[in-house]
Amino acid sequence: MLAYNFNWDVIWRQWPTIIEALLLGIGLAVASLAIGCIIGILCAFGRVSRHKWLDWAIWSYVEFIRNTPLLLLIFFVYFGLPQMGIRAFDKIESFILTLSLYAGAYMCEVFRAGLASIPNQYVEAAKAIGLRPWQRQLYVVLPVMFRITLPSISNTLISLFKDTSLAAAIAVPELTFTARQINANTFRVMEAWLTASALYLATSYAIAWVLRLVERRYSVIR
Amino acid sequence: MQNHMKPNATSAATGAMPLLRAVDVHKSYDRLEVLKGISMDVEQGEVLALIGASGSGKTTFLRCINLLEEFQQGEIDLDGEPIGYRMTGGRRRKIPEAALSAQRARIGMVFQSFNLFPHMTAEQNVMLGLTKVRGKPAAEARDIARHWLERVGLAERRGHYPFQLSGGQQQRVAIARAVAMEPRLVLFDEVTSALDPELVAEVLGVMQDLARSGMTMIVVSHEMLFVREVASRVVFMDGGHVVAQGPPQELFRDPESERLRSFLGRFHGVFS
Ligand SMILES: Nc1ncnc2c1ncn2[C@@H]1O[C@H](COP(=O)(O)OP(=O)(O)OP(=O)(O)O)[C@@H](O)[C@H]1O
Ligand SMILES: [Mg+2]
Repeated sequence: MLAYNFNWDVIWRQWPTIIEALLLGIGLAVASLAIGCIIGILCAFGRVSRHKWLDWAIWSYVEFIRNTPLLLLIFFVYFGLPQMGIRAFDKIESFILTLSLYAGAYMCEVFRAGLASIPNQYVEAAKAIGLRPWQRQLYVVLPVMFRITLPSISNTLISLFKDTSLAAAIAVPELTFTARQINANTFRVMEAWLTASALYLATSYAIAWVLRLVERRYSVIR
Repeated sequence: MQNHMKPNATSAATGAMPLLRAVDVHKSYDRLEVLKGISMDVEQGEVLALIGASGSGKTTFLRCINLLEEFQQGEIDLDGEPIGYRMTGGRRRKIPEAALSAQRARIGMVFQSFNLFPHMTAEQNVMLGLTKVRGKPAAEARDIARHWLERVGLAERRGHYPFQLSGGQQQRVAIARAVAMEPRLVLFDEVTSALDPELVAEVLGVMQDLARSGMTMIVVSHEMLFVREVASRVVFMDGGHVVAQGPPQELFRDPESERLRSFLGRFHGVFS
């Protein structure tokens, strides 16, 4: 027999707080993905442009981010920047900044591969009707790249959502932090962690399902 | 054998300016010289067929006209205006990208592999240049696109994406996309050679229709029946040179050039 008596009352009582925490986590992930995509696109174009120093600078950024534990980056931005005199961010902004830089590094590689996989014929067709360079990027290259990379963008969003649990380390009141607080206040260990886990799981599946619909809508490239 | 260093005599005789004039165009890929001094005039309304063996430089020449390739020597003029390059301070310089784009917009191109924008419907493919390059309002661009899609026989397919269309249908959309821009000249590079045999006729039919309507066209093709029927003049290229040219009946009936004779020999049946 399990020597543990479940008591879900505390969870029901805290339900609004829990849902708020969940939504905060989703918001953090979506915001970071959006900013990360912008960083990633700029970096991907930077890398394919033939500026050697720019290529090197972006490569360094990507390698640094990808080889540093995320938690360490979070601490660095949250505790380190104020030490250096940069006190512009509260803990949520600081976390979004970190996660955006983290997402940007990964999206840079995703978009770079996407750009490389676009057949040159499309660009030539765009040239042939007289589109200017930036128009070719805007109306042909980017939309095609977006469709090619959509599955990777979906996967990144789901993993960013799970990474938001690390925000608990700097007391951002997202799901993990909230679960830990319930745990600390009520000693309902199993209820708190099981609820949090179930919500992470359900949300990840929901995001995947929504994005699958989006992918189907945009999968016009065979 | 004709002198291929001099533009052909027709325009010189009439004194009128040809629509397109190429003079002594040389093009190399690294050290491989692919065009070795191509000169030709294309008159308004003319359908010029470019024929020649594989590797003779036909595609390369078309790509030079549309500035998809750089060329190192010679000049190509469209309506008397040099294309792609300008002499400044005695040096030959490539013109800026924005000006290149404006020049390309005056020349249509249809590719062997269709190259439709995969994320756009047939109608959107035709509209893109009209709105973004020609600056037409969307409603007008849509009307023009529908007009041309109907003209190539695809009125009901305008909402289809490229992957939902057959090769022949895609190629007809690509033709509509090129001609809707009202270019001065349309270049066709073996536009039927990627198609299944039963789809070739529908595309050639559209091209014949355009030719009759007075469109100026340069057509690279191995469809000799089509060339004989539709071309007003045939230019035979070999090894990066223009070796012979003339109206198809004359050129095909008794080819002076030995190279042309052997090239045409591969298409026996067509000329008997
Ligand atoms: N991008 C390139 N780099 C190097 N060489 C090239 C390139 N494109 C073409 N060539 C060479 O230039 C020559 C002319 O090629 P081109 O494609 O113009 O011939 P073509 O007359 O169109 O032949 P085909 O009938 O096979 O299409 C060939 O020897 C080819 O190998
Ligand atoms: Mg070719």
